[in-house]
Amino acid sequence: MELLMAIVIGILFMAAVYLILSRSLLKIILGTGLLSHGAHLLILTMGGLGGTSPPVLADGVTDYADPLPQALILTAIVISFGVTAFILVLAYRTYAEHKTDDMNLMRGDDEHD
Amino acid sequence: MGFVLLIFLPIVAALFIPLLFKYLKGIHTGWFVLFVPIALFIYYAGFITTTMDGGHKVSELQWIPSLGISFVSYIDGLSLLFTLLITGIGALVVLYSIFYLDKDREKLNNFYIYLLIFMSAMLGVVQSDNVISLYLFWELTSISSFLLIGYWNTRDRSRFGALKSMMITVFGGLMMLGGFVLLGIMGDSFSIRELIANSSSFIGHEFFTLALILVLLGAFTKSAQFPFYIWLPDAMEAPTPVSAYLHSATMVKAGLYLVARFTPIFAVSEVWIWLVTGIGLLTLFWGSLFAVKQTDLKAILAFSTVSQLGLIMSLLGASAVAYHSDDAIFKFAAFAAIFHLINHATFKGSLFMIAGIIDHETGTRDIRKLGGLMSIMPVSFTVAFIGSMSMAGLPPFNGFLSKEMFFQSMLALRNFELFNFATWGILFPVIAWVASVFTFIYSFYFVFKTFTGRNKVDKLPKKPHEAPVGMLVAPVILATLVVGIFFIPNLVGKWLVKPAVMAIQPGLYSHPSEVDVHVAAWHDFASPELWMTIALVGLGVVLYLTMTKWRKLYDIQPHYLSLNVLYDSMMMLSENGMNRLSRFYMTGLIRTYLMYMFAFIASITTATLFLKNAFIVDMDSFTAVSVYGIMTAIILVAAVVMVILAKTRLAAIIALGAVGYSVSLFFVIFKAPDLALTQLVIETVSVALFLLAFQRLPALKTHGETKRNRLGNAIIAAAVGITVTLVALSAHSQKMIPSISQYYKDTVATEAGGGNIVNVILVDYRGFDTLFEIAVLAVAGIGVLAMIRLQLARKEAKDENK
Repeated sequence: MELLMAIVIGILFMAAVYLILSRSLLKIILGTGLLSHGAHLLILTMGGLGGTSPPVLADGVTDYADPLPQALILTAIVISFGVTAFILVLAYRTYAEHKTDDMNLMRGDDEHD
Repeated sequence: MGFVLLIFLPIVAALFIPLLFKYLKGIHTGWFVLFVPIALFIYYAGFITTTMDGGHKVSELQWIPSLGISFVSYIDGLSLLFTLLITGIGALVVLYSIFYLDKDREKLNNFYIYLLIFMSAMLGVVQSDNVISLYLFWELTSISSFLLIGYWNTRDRSRFGALKSMMITVFGGLMMLGGFVLLGIMGDSFSIRELIANSSSFIGHEFFTLALILVLLGAFTKSAQFPFYIWLPDAMEAPTPVSAYLHSATMVKAGLYLVARFTPIFAVSEVWIWLVTGIGLLTLFWGSLFAVKQTDLKAILAFSTVSQLGLIMSLLGASAVAYHSDDAIFKFAAFAAIFHLINHATFKGSLFMIAGIIDHETGTRDIRKLGGLMSIMPVSFTVAFIGSMSMAGLPPFNGFLSKEMFFQSMLALRNFELFNFATWGILFPVIAWVASVFTFIYSFYFVFKTFTGRNKVDKLPKKPHEAPVGMLVAPVILATLVVGIFFIPNLVGKWLVKPAVMAIQPGLYSHPSEVDVHVAAWHDFASPELWMTIALVGLGVVLYLTMTKWRKLYDIQPHYLSLNVLYDSMMMLSENGMNRLSRFYMTGLIRTYLMYMFAFIASITTATLFLKNAFIVDMDSFTAVSVYGIMTAIILVAAVVMVILAKTRLAAIIALGAVGYSVSLFFVIFKAPDLALTQLVIETVSVALFLLAFQRLPALKTHGETKRNRLGNAIIAAAVGITVTLVALSAHSQKMIPSISQYYKDTVATEAGGGNIVNVILVDYRGFDTLFEIAVLAVAGIGVLAMIRLQLARKEAKDENK
């Protein structure tokens, strides 16, 4: 299962980087969304996917899934939501100000270094 | 501790200058500054008795002991002589500047701060025994010189001159640092005294010649030797007190100091003798030749300084010969070098001050516009006359004595038998003599074209009159010295010159009185020096009188062949080249920079994985593949592909949502119910948010991305993806330290009284983490709100304007 997940994560990162490198601001935002999904799965996979029951104490159960990565990911999910919301509004404002979402037109020049 | 701290006295004094300048407007700031060099001069003069006995004093202040770097004030004959020059001439220059710079119009606070920094730096250069701190002070003199040349920073010429001097001297300084490091490697010490003590072991070392050349580059650039002298004429844009102080009496002599100081280490080398003597003589000749061409008073003096520095340099080179031969005739050179160094400081300092006075009182320094000032400015004329005649090498002035000794030393080189000197040695006195003829001509040219001849007073920008008494004090004192030294040369020799000679040639003498040189104004008629002087005066007078006829010869040299043009084009070339280089990779596009970063991350991580043999996959630790897992993976990958290929915004958002939901399915499969629930909620809200925002954003466009762009993106993306896969696999397969998960599992009921381990970790064990997470969300929320509100506020303001 870990091998499969590693490949899935690789594909997620690949797609994310591909989108982030594109010229359209929207695609960059989509890319960051994929990137955070990839990162979450990466943390989970690195910890190991074993465990037959969820990490909730119950009588007679000893083989719990690893709770630590889950706790980290829970934090990360919420943070990435905050970031996504922020970037979305940022993109919206950028478009409202510059009337474009082409990253090439938003390049720095000598006057705005 | 002790007197090493005095090096920093001027810098400390500089701290008070802004206050004095601001709150005591009525008094010229220079009067306060004047105390510093005078106090230092009086203090250091007390060391003369020590050095006269061949002794030295050391005071040390540790800086970085672990690297052997410290501030050391080492005072022997040589450093004491320079110290007295720095503080003595410094005092006179400050006095002169009080009358030269107007207290109401000039930024005196800047001027005196720079000047005091320079004074500290210069004292540091000549007293440091540690080469690293010497280098530090050396660069500090370059920087303060840069600031002083650019003092009138609104003038283009000032800024150009400042930059030029900085470029050339800092280049030399860096080379010198390299030389010092090599010396440090060879001698295993940064202390000059220890290096000198170990110098016999350097001979034949592979770094020896390289270190020699690097150190000489530092000395030659600082002391304006050929071909680096070009910065000095441009440095004349500085206020005249600065030119008199830095660019004739002290800073440019730092290179001479360096050569003198390192003579005991390098004198054994043939390269050293040829380079120092040869470049010195070439500079002497070149400088004197081109001084005659100049029409600006300060430019004449600048070229003359270049030429005189060359003279002293060649004498220092010749002094190294004494290490190879015991013959008494070779022992004059070191004495002559130091003696002329003192003489040059006196007469050139006074001449610069006179040039400043003329500029100040007439409004021009152009010698073609000047003439007949003798009757109007009699005192200035007298001083200028004394200075010029000393420079020309005529009695009864000190320049005559040192010039005679110079000839004597150069003539002696004919008799040196090593290193091909027997063949080429005759060239030395010949070049020296020709250069002296030109020196004679420009000295006459300087003083007589300005002060005698037709009176052109009516055409001057200002109505000229004699300078105020205060301004004349400093040059008159120097002129008195010029005459005085002629009559007491042996006293000066005993007090200052011989101790310095002993410092240059420590192996040859054990006491300064052993330096067997007696200066005399009169030799007998059989001495060749006398006839050389007589011939030079004769030819010089003839050439001076016919100057207008042969000066046209200077026009033969085409402008594009000058060293200045070479410097300018080198600067242009490097500037443009660097500009083009940085424009090439700094595109201003965020995509380019991200590509650099991603490519770097991917390559460096993969390289480390394989170089360190960290890529290990442990198949046994893998869990079984479940059917649900495979199905979810297929859905997820399909959704990802849809995100990339989507043509419309809506499709892309739905696909992104599908990715999110499949991730939460994974969470279910991997027994993470809390994650699954959170992911479901967040994904739903996110999709709603996306829909809300995308409504106000433009349609998906490629913005004309070419296939090449996309291919590049794809390659980098693939590299990053593969890297992450490799990292995920090897991170899973090897655990260097056991996880702390077990601790949570064991203690969650007993310590925290909870059953859901993940929740307990979040709110209990890692409660602060969660608190800050909430803070991040709050900040993001405020940011979102601000970005929306900001626009509203702006729109309202615009409406009001309507």
